[in-house]
Amino acid sequence: MNLTLKVWRQRGPEDKGRMVTYRVEDVSPDMSFLEMLDVLNERLILEGDDPVAFDHDCREGICGMCGMVINGVAHGEQVATTTCQLHMRHFEDNAVITIEPWRAAPFPVVKDLVVDRSAFDRIIQAGGFVSVPAGSAPDAHSVPVKKVDADSAFDAATCIGCGACVAACPNGSASLFTAAKITHLGLLPQGQPERDSRAKAMVEQMDAEGFGGCTNTGECTAVCPKGIPLDTIAQMNRDYLRASK
Amino acid sequence: MTATIERGSATASVKPPADAPAKPARPRRRGGFLSSSNGKKAVMAVTGAVMVLFLVGHMAGNLKSFFGAESFNSYAAFLRTMGEPILPHRTLLTIVEIGLVVAVGLHMWSAISLARRARKARPVRYAARRKSRANGYAVHTMRYGGVVIVLFVVYHLLDLTFGVANPAGGGSTPYERLVEGFAPSRWWVTLFYVLAVVMVGLHLRHGLWSAFQTLGLAGRRSYRSLRAAATGLSALLVVGFLAVPVAVVLGVIK
Amino acid sequence: MTTRYTEGEPIRDTKAPDGPIEDRWEKRKFGAKLVNPANKRKLNVIVVGTGLAGGSAAATLGELGYNVKSFCYQDTPRRAHSIAAQGGINAAKNYRGDGDSIYRLFYDTVKGGDFRARESNVYRLAQVSVNIIDQAVAQGVPFAREYGGLLDTRSFGGAQVSRTFYARGQTGQQLLLGAYQALERQIAAGTVEMHTRHEMLDLIVSDGRARGVIVRDMVTGEIERHLADAVVLASGGYGNVFFLSTNAKGCNTTAIWRAHRRGAMFANPCYTQIHPTCIPVSGDYQSKLTLMSESLRNDGRVWVPLERGDARPASEIPEEERDYYLERIYPAFGNLVPRDIASRAAKNVCDEGRGVGPGGLGVYLDFADAIRRLGRDAVEKKYGNLFEMYERITGEDPYAQPMRIYPAVHYTMGGLWVDYDLQSTIPGLFVIGEANFSDHGANRLGASALMQGLADGYFVLPTTIGDYLANGPYGEVDEEAVAEAEVAVREKIARLLSNDGDRTADSYHRELGKLMWDYCGMERTEESLRKALERIPELREEFWRNVKVSGEAGELNQALERAGRVADFFDLAELMCVDALHRTESCGGHFRAESQDADGEALRDDEHFAYVAAWEYGEQGPILHKEDLDYEYVKMSQRSYK
Ligand SMILES: Cc1cc2nc3c(=O)[nH]c(=O)nc-3n(C[C@H](O)[C@H](O)[C@H](O)COP(=O)(O)OP(=O)(O)OC[C@H]3O[C@@H](n4cnc5c(N)ncnc54)[C@H](O)[C@@H]3O)c2cc1C
Ligand code: HEM
Ligand code: HEM
Ligand code: SF4
Ligand code: F3S
Ligand code: FES
Repeated sequence: MNLTLKVWRQRGPEDKGRMVTYRVEDVSPDMSFLEMLDVLNERLILEGDDPVAFDHDCREGICGMCGMVINGVAHGEQVATTTCQLHMRHFEDNAVITIEPWRAAPFPVVKDLVVDRSAFDRIIQAGGFVSVPAGSAPDAHSVPVKKVDADSAFDAATCIGCGACVAACPNGSASLFTAAKITHLGLLPQGQPERDSRAKAMVEQMDAEGFGGCTNTGECTAVCPKGIPLDTIAQMNRDYLRASK
Repeated sequence: MTATIERGSATASVKPPADAPAKPARPRRRGGFLSSSNGKKAVMAVTGAVMVLFLVGHMAGNLKSFFGAESFNSYAAFLRTMGEPILPHRTLLTIVEIGLVVAVGLHMWSAISLARRARKARPVRYAARRKSRANGYAVHTMRYGGVVIVLFVVYHLLDLTFGVANPAGGGSTPYERLVEGFAPSRWWVTLFYVLAVVMVGLHLRHGLWSAFQTLGLAGRRSYRSLRAAATGLSALLVVGFLAVPVAVVLGVIK
Repeated sequence: MTTRYTEGEPIRDTKAPDGPIEDRWEKRKFGAKLVNPANKRKLNVIVVGTGLAGGSAAATLGELGYNVKSFCYQDTPRRAHSIAAQGGINAAKNYRGDGDSIYRLFYDTVKGGDFRARESNVYRLAQVSVNIIDQAVAQGVPFAREYGGLLDTRSFGGAQVSRTFYARGQTGQQLLLGAYQALERQIAAGTVEMHTRHEMLDLIVSDGRARGVIVRDMVTGEIERHLADAVVLASGGYGNVFFLSTNAKGCNTTAIWRAHRRGAMFANPCYTQIHPTCIPVSGDYQSKLTLMSESLRNDGRVWVPLERGDARPASEIPEEERDYYLERIYPAFGNLVPRDIASRAAKNVCDEGRGVGPGGLGVYLDFADAIRRLGRDAVEKKYGNLFEMYERITGEDPYAQPMRIYPAVHYTMGGLWVDYDLQSTIPGLFVIGEANFSDHGANRLGASALMQGLADGYFVLPTTIGDYLANGPYGEVDEEAVAEAEVAVREKIARLLSNDGDRTADSYHRELGKLMWDYCGMERTEESLRKALERIPELREEFWRNVKVSGEAGELNQALERAGRVADFFDLAELMCVDALHRTESCGGHFRAESQDADGEALRDDEHFAYVAAWEYGEQGPILHKEDLDYEYVKMSQRSYK
């Protein structure tokens, strides 16, 4: 296949940035999207140009490091798929593909398609944990957990922290990410003692980082590679309201 | 390239953690419920709910016009004499009106401040046209639709409450204003009403469900039914409200 | 041919306590000196890596009150390669009452490691495994549960007891998030200072002790010095020396290789684990291989066509023209033989020209029988997500046609040599997780890497490092040692950037990887290894002359990052081949074609090779130090799966 790529290039945070058009030829339909970019980058390096910087690591959809907005959709059109797991067979020959970084003020562009997502870490720092120093834990079977609760907690816990939800949300809200963690810990008995303070602190940190508020548009779940459900946001709202009483 | 050099014995040169905050310093927010995005959302949901209750009552009242001028006018009069003689004339109505004004004000305030926050959070737009993967129209109908609704209410008050913008004039009965206002020759007024009511319907179709979600009352199992109920109630309101102007235009109410 | 290495003095683990094996860890803990709590906050510890090992260690050291600096090359600690582990984590909880015990886990691990691991270490690992599950559950790790609300377990990798705890197919992710959250809590508390997107490029050794690291800020390109009282390396495995592996793209050897260059011995570099069920390579552009959970072998049947070069689609090959070779050769275990055996068998049939798929490097894993027997729904329930992943990557529907699988490099048992305290041969340098060599011998059991990483990080290191620190302080850091390390780093970067060659670092990495796979992969021979040892130096020389790295030093430069890592892989590859060449026996993940029994099984040579090969770096070539292995509790025996 032959493709035309329109890629966002930006040297650094201070640079204004622009879209640059590249032609990539002989792309195999079995390539992953990132492998297609590898091919482009190899060529750019040999031409003495700067390769397109993008984040990635596991390349199997679990580390959450990769992520670009492809033709206007975070992680591309394919449902429940990270960018690294997107394959070229889903594109037409001679297609024009627009590639942009996540766009949100709390995710400043570092270079090209690489953005700084450390705001997520700070949201976790605000309370996304159970305070249990190593060595102080009781026997794992001392607290049984209902299977349904364990399963729902798990559904929320599968969030990979990629940030696609923020990229897709028209309000630039980090609600789905934050709610996923609040729900995960809030559903388990181990998370109860800190449940109220956690919800309050994490929501406030999310605001402080400059994310927008949620108006329940649901774009986030639609692009979330792990399908984190919208009811996690309801859970977060409930916990927050309860904690604010 | 410069190096950050920490000279000498590491054991000695370290500052105690207390005055060496983790890097990068975590922005902290102080402020109460109303300054948090979740707080604002809750305000929007509660005020929205108040307005919905009003609309349901309002629609029911409007439908009285089908029973003739008498019934409708006495209903309008009842609104003003509610609570008498325990309370002075128009007291209860005024309280309701004040409540509504406060609700509208707070609702708009939170809508505006959330919209501003959203704009700040997304300063650079995407070059590729964003394709909505969900109910993406909601954002636009909510914000711009809301503005249309407010403009409509202003006109609507001038028209049917004060009669200033009504051919029947200020001194007329509500029923007269109604019939004259929607006279076939004033088709553009009717059209405006239709548009506005549809707008309200769209607003509520998302808003009703959204309010439950915002207040944490929704859950995975209730989504389907909640969405259906929201759509149903919005449709009911649209039909109920439109019945009156349509009836006037068709001459059923005259 | 000249000798490739010289042999030095034997080496001994002086920290290992003696006495009954059950009491050794208690004894060591009691014998360790304690640091005065008031002094802890004045003591600096650097932890490189935030995987299960590094993340848990940094969090725990922070909880204990030390002043910790943590580094990782990703944008957040949560993305370390540990996140990708699927299967589960072993622990001797015996919740099932099926006869499991600490002793049995110990026994299985020593035996599984083909008698090349230390008994004391393994026993401790089995003891501590119990606490790991408690800790993880208390943190909110959502392990799979049964309807009664208690934890579910499964048997894994041929174990006869059900001791593997799991969280769907994402055990590593959930455990890592637990450690990550504990780490973030300490960051918020100010005890841990986190440096993401920082790559360690050298170790600072002053007065014979590890006292800091030189790192590159991968965003600004700045070279930074960080000093400390002790350094912990938890930088993971080096499987990416093969270019294609199931490891994350960024996994590298730089941190441990630089430490090796500074005096830390590298043990058993040649022990590599190959995983039999991975998705085969589809073309030259392939950037990594994806693991399909081993559990698939419980219901899938492995076969290839009987005839070589049979190009018909699977559905057109009749039953009698198929060779279910695992069932044929190993009737007792069939498709469930251990990883190394299944891998080698696949390689053999492909070498015979009977492989399937592009390039003939693949065998079928067929679910047709299972679907017929259990119904499609049941199969979907069990393996649905794996089938989906397969389809996403290959575009083929595994319900309609058999999957294609092929072995791939998965884990490296070798690593820096450490003693019972997890301290390397450089005092003050501790090594934990996959980066050390300690607990798995020549072959790691499934679901034991997560266990080891967390055992090291939560429980072992935080205790043993205290003993070292309590014996301090160790004085001023020699400014010259720091400057020298920094200059070395800067020079290497400058050299890579100044080249005006015509090949990219990736293209060299690919070539090196292929060479290693062909000559030092699943099967090694004296001839192949000698060939590799001839070719690697040539290729390395060409690399340094001809590699092209664009961009500048003072910015985010991914071409530069890769080139630096490839350079170290070259050196490591050579040592791996030397190690593989010198060990003329077969054991675990190291199969020398010359050493096999009549059935083609790996044949150990306990008389000559029951030792850990610890390699010291020498300008004149590596120097071998042997650490003899004694087995007091588990009797050495030859394994058999016939
Ligand atoms: C696909 C797959 C599935 C697996 N499944 C299982 C399983 O089911 N059960 C099991 O027990 N094991 C499994 N394993 C093995 C197991 O996941 C790993 O062995 C283990 O996670 C290694 O953990 P670690 O903490 O030692 O290192 P890693 O998790 O690899 O972490 C390395 C850390 O070091 C950092 N780092 C590396 N180099 C540098 C540098 N130069 N400078 C700064 N930082 C650096 C990285 O940023 C990272 O934070 C699996 C492995 C793979 C590949
Ligand atoms: C004054 C003009 C108005 C504006 C600018 C406005 C705007 C908005 C916005 C932006 C939302 C948020 C959307 C969301 O949460 O998804 C919203 C929600 C809502 N609106 Fe309005 N609106 C207006 C008038 C009204 C009126 C007149 C009613 C009732 C009849 C109403 C009822 C609701 C309800 C019930 C919600 C849901 C609350 C929630 O989402 O939590 N609104 N409105
Ligand atoms: C199209 C159908 C509608 C009709 C026929 C209608 C009719 C009327 C009439 C006759 C009055 C005057 C009542 C009186 O003075 O006693 C009135 C008042 C009012 N209407 Fe409507 N209305 C309609 C739709 C709406 C909608 C959609 C809204 C809001 C979104 C609305 C908001 C109001 C308000 C706020 C008042 C003033 C109430 C008060 O003063 O207490 N109306 N309407
Ligand atoms: S909620 Fe989904 S989209 Fe958002 S960070 Fe988590 S996995 Fe990514
Ligand atoms: S898209 Fe945004 S508005 Fe809410 S529901 Fe998702 S965060
Ligand atoms: S690279 Fe890890 S999720 Fe894509």
